[in-house]
Amino acid sequence: MNATTVSGRKQPLIYRLPVISHFRTSVGLQRGMLVTGLVLSALFLLTAVFAPLIAPYGYAQLSDAAGTFPAQQPPSPAHIWGTTVSGYDVFSRVIWGAQTAAVVIIVAVAMSIFLGVALGLISGYFGGWLDRMLVVIADAIYAFPSLLLAIVMSIVISHGQSSFWGGIVACSISISVVFVPQYFRVIRAETIRLKAEPYVESAKVVGASSIRIMGRHIFKNATRTLPLIFTLNASEAILTLAGLGFLGFGIEPSSAAEWGYDLNKAIADASSGIWWTGIYPGTAIVLTVLGLTLVGESMNDLNDPRLRGRKKAGSKKAPAGPVPTAGAQAATEAESSSS
Amino acid sequence: MTTLIEAPPSDADGLLPSKKKSSGGGLGSYILVRFFLIIPTIFILVTLVFFLMRVIGDPITAAQGGRLPPEALAQRIHEAGYDRPILVQYFEYVGQLATGNFGTTITDRRPVVEMVMTFGVATLELAINALIVALLVGIPLGLIAAYKRDKAPDAFLRFFAILCYATPVFFAGLLMKLTFSVWLGWLPVAGRASTRTELAMGSLAAPTGIYWLDALRSGNMAAYGDVAAHSVLPAVTLGLLTAGVFLRLVRTNVIGTLGKDYVEAGRSRGVSNFRLVTKHAYKPALIPIITVMGLQIALLLGGAVLTESTFEWKGLGYQLVQYLNARDFVAVQGIVVFLAVIVAVTNFIVDVVAALIDPRVRY
Repeated sequence: MNATTVSGRKQPLIYRLPVISHFRTSVGLQRGMLVTGLVLSALFLLTAVFAPLIAPYGYAQLSDAAGTFPAQQPPSPAHIWGTTVSGYDVFSRVIWGAQTAAVVIIVAVAMSIFLGVALGLISGYFGGWLDRMLVVIADAIYAFPSLLLAIVMSIVISHGQSSFWGGIVACSISISVVFVPQYFRVIRAETIRLKAEPYVESAKVVGASSIRIMGRHIFKNATRTLPLIFTLNASEAILTLAGLGFLGFGIEPSSAAEWGYDLNKAIADASSGIWWTGIYPGTAIVLTVLGLTLVGESMNDLNDPRLRGRKKAGSKKAPAGPVPTAGAQAATEAESSSS
Repeated sequence: MTTLIEAPPSDADGLLPSKKKSSGGGLGSYILVRFFLIIPTIFILVTLVFFLMRVIGDPITAAQGGRLPPEALAQRIHEAGYDRPILVQYFEYVGQLATGNFGTTITDRRPVVEMVMTFGVATLELAINALIVALLVGIPLGLIAAYKRDKAPDAFLRFFAILCYATPVFFAGLLMKLTFSVWLGWLPVAGRASTRTELAMGSLAAPTGIYWLDALRSGNMAAYGDVAAHSVLPAVTLGLLTAGVFLRLVRTNVIGTLGKDYVEAGRSRGVSNFRLVTKHAYKPALIPIITVMGLQIALLLGGAVLTESTFEWKGLGYQLVQYLNARDFVAVQGIVVFLAVIVAVTNFIVDVVAALIDPRVRY
């Protein structure tokens, strides 16, 4: 890659990026999990981006040139996954739902990372009464059922709002209230650890300002674990969004497609044997959360040497066996690229 | 800002103030300190919820605005004292809470405490059923996964655990309903009992509201079977959510203790692998499991809200959604505060149990 711009001992930047480095250290089953997760997550993102091209109808479309959509119709060529009780096309709503979920994840997680990291840095670095207060508050929020907190927040925020962005921002804020304490705890603990490091001491001696020390010296080192929390929280964000939608505190059906809302309507259908309105949006949630969780889980395992799968002892010496296993292949790749 | 750098480093060594206090004494003082730590937790949540709910206006306008003429509305707001400064209301509210008075709901004018007690037992029953399912499924499967580490059963079980987590409870409930109630017709679709059973149990002298107990007391086997059939699907749905967490937890911790020296010593003496897992590695692995179980109560209660709505299980969660839709924020606030107290008290009990099991916890 950009070997010239990188100092000799470091690996090229691309190999040090979170997901790629994880992929390269993984073997066998763990690599399988990681790849499955990555494929599902990529599928989700692609669906979200290309929703307008994939979906045959709009998310709130109730009729086309052939007339009004029939309600609760089983899957047919015109509506391949059937229609809902209100007459929406299930397939289109599932596809558009990916877009809503993706936007909410990005907004919610970005907001909570920003707030959580900033508060964690300040709290851990300065300590004192501010730190104590923030820790007690974060602990109180952390111990509380996250869904209830999100419900309270969504009442407060989305009081009457129902536009696409209004609903999305309300949902995102509701979700991020739950996440901020998590980022806060992680970053604060790291900051406290890093504060005692000699290089921070020396920066103080040189006369660097607090902001510079926090921003340059501590921030970069304290955020190693963030990609992991990001993937785990992204999946939790989807579940919270769906939970809010299911309870009726999400986004209005006319302003965006949302899987949780559709499932809420599907519960009543289920009793009369109508399966297509619930199975498809539900499966979409499961696959998306599954993909993101698999990525996060494998990254977690690969970061922890105790949980990381071990390469076979013999494979490093004899990589060119007759039938190289996945582990042996990984070892070979690692060797050839690091040289 | 720069002067703050000079703060002594010992001031922020990452310990909570509580730990400093508890470092001197034994179990008694540890329990005492833990107990007093509940109060700020509850206090913060009460404050947070109170002010958040008031940001959007007074509860009476929210519940009945548009339905009552403006004069009557103003009259009711004045009677309830919602036209006073918010801080006055806040201190009055906290004072009421301290004496166990949670106020009266606006829509059906019931004392909140009575309402919470009535529906709380249903939620309690659901949570206990679910916890039993979670433990019965999670712990044995976790042991198997640890025992067969990195082999096919482990891979399958870990995938199962992630699947449990990835499936929203209401979708799991929907699938169960479709399969077992609609297609197979084995189990009832929704509710806690059929109407006839509810009537039979309602005629008991002092119904506890816990249907298992009431059905037993009525001595009617049909009623008992009815209650049992109704509780299977909600319990399994909510239980599986937590079972996945337990499975992963047991697996990770047992694998951790399997690497310890004393397990190695046991192995060198010829103790079988199976016995190592079930006798040697299992018990030390229980401590973190109990701690996390306490944290699961929050997940369980959150899941209960969704499960109850899915199965029309008339507990606190189901009622919470009803009150939310009716915009009865006094009732909502009461339920939320009540759940906060439950979570805080559970965490306290878990801390105490962990300290009783492992002396190292209490330093």
